Amino acid sequence: MNTMNPSISAEANMRGKAAAISVPEDKHKETVVENKPEDTVIEEGKTVGKPFTADPKFKLRNVDVSYGADRAIKNISLDIGRNEVIAFIGPSGCGKSTFLRCLNRMNDSIDICRVKGSLELDDQNIYESKRDVVELRAGMVFQKPNPFPKSIYDNVAYGPRIHGLANRKSELDDIVENSLRKAGLWNEAKDRLDAMATGMSGGQQQRLCIARAIAVSPEVILMDEPCSALDPIATARVEELIAEMSESYTIVIVTHSMQQAARVSDRTAYFHMGHLAEVNKTDTVFTSPQHPLTESYITGRFG
Amino acid sequence: MSNNKDQVYGDHISERFNNELLELKTRFLEMGGLVEAQIGSAVQALTANDSVLAEQVRAGDRGVDQMEIGIDEEAILIIARRQPAARDLRLVIAVIKMVVDLERVGDEAKKIAKLALKLEEEGQTSLGYVEVRHIGNHVHAMLHDSLDAFARLDAEQALQVMKEDKRVDEEYQAAARTLLTHMMEDTRNISRCMSIMWVLRALERVGDHACNIAENVIFMVKGEDVRHTPMEETERVVGR
Repeated sequence: MNTMNPSISAEANMRGKAAAISVPEDKHKETVVENKPEDTVIEEGKTVGKPFTADPKFKLRNVDVSYGADRAIKNISLDIGRNEVIAFIGPSGCGKSTFLRCLNRMNDSIDICRVKGSLELDDQNIYESKRDVVELRAGMVFQKPNPFPKSIYDNVAYGPRIHGLANRKSELDDIVENSLRKAGLWNEAKDRLDAMATGMSGGQQQRLCIARAIAVSPEVILMDEPCSALDPIATARVEELIAEMSESYTIVIVTHSMQQAARVSDRTAYFHMGHLAEVNKTDTVFTSPQHPLTESYITGRFG
Repeated sequence: MSNNKDQVYGDHISERFNNELLELKTRFLEMGGLVEAQIGSAVQALTANDSVLAEQVRAGDRGVDQMEIGIDEEAILIIARRQPAARDLRLVIAVIKMVVDLERVGDEAKKIAKLALKLEEEGQTSLGYVEVRHIGNHVHAMLHDSLDAFARLDAEQALQVMKEDKRVDEEYQAAARTLLTHMMEDTRNISRCMSIMWVLRALERVGDHACNIAENVIFMVKGEDVRHTPMEETERVVGR
């Protein structure tokens, strides 16, 4: 198949051995599940479930990403529906973040990164459009809140200013207020708009970053583990926000918390060693996943 | 437990999670074994006019009830601690539902034991015992097979249990007709025949509970709810 194959089978062998040692022969044997993770090798480009949708916002076909000689994404095809929340899950190094970063060309800043295949946002090829336009249409929220060392107001106003989205101060004020309201931060921030953003709590900073992302009126919000640095209360607020925002945005969220994927997303995509193993409705994935690797991962059997 | 590794529920990274699921499964099967014995003993007590055994069955129901409470508690703790997903979730949910069926079967056994005591007091005749023994053996086997299907996660066997239920219903109808004939022949038989009817009714219900357990086994194995589903559709699900 490709150069990465030896490493798959090496790992598979290793797991196979470990399993063979720890499972003694038992005459009252349980029905053995076919396709244990250690036996399963994914066929390239084969995705179980329903990777395609009727009205896609993103239409991604045969996407291949490599960092130098390493193939990080192997021939993945996927639709992301309009105004849907899709969660990317999978073990570390499976390619989910890499794939997310292709959606607004963030990988462009990495020299050795090569992206192949067809990636369309509303029928426009992302890699043939202007990069700053793509970034404007698809905003990103990161794992660690990263506000600029500026005031709360200036953080939110930054994007609209550099993209010239407001002509007057009053327009800019409106954008800032609306963005903070949508991010559920207005009541906490309205009396301290001139205060330094870095003085806020982690959860507030993350919601500020979300406000900053939506201030430029994007169509898509990409989130790379947005809650992994937050406490459960702040996490619940951000998840509530995701639910509200899904009415007007397409949201892609990479998360290590399977419970979070189950709570917030409409569809879930399971990535495995650069392959897209399964895409299905989230309800299906967490009750009756179709791919044995998905099942093993979400039930804590490996990962 | 650790040297008898369960291949379906025993391969989590967390060994404690493995043990919790296996413990749940084991306790459910223990309860199943107890309930199976209760039904067998109840039928035996009735057909052998054994009032001592009938009293034992009545007393034994408390043990069944206690096991139901213990298993539910264990299942709730697993949900709270582990947030199980996929087949683990289906196991826990199915067990929570199936213990209800087992507990009801326990109640039916107790009911039969009470009727056995009543019949024993009323006099020594074996009128209706053939029917009781026949249907009793049949539903006892169904219950056993449904628990076996659970232990081995065998959807095919569960399907067979569901198919048996139709035959039990037919046998129940036929037995009811026979008893009706006895009642019409001699009105002095009425009281006794009515008691036998209640016994048969209880046994027929045991068959229904065995079916419910079988449906849950199919849900656990195949991930699809086959309740209130035509048999052909259920066969299709199991055949996948």
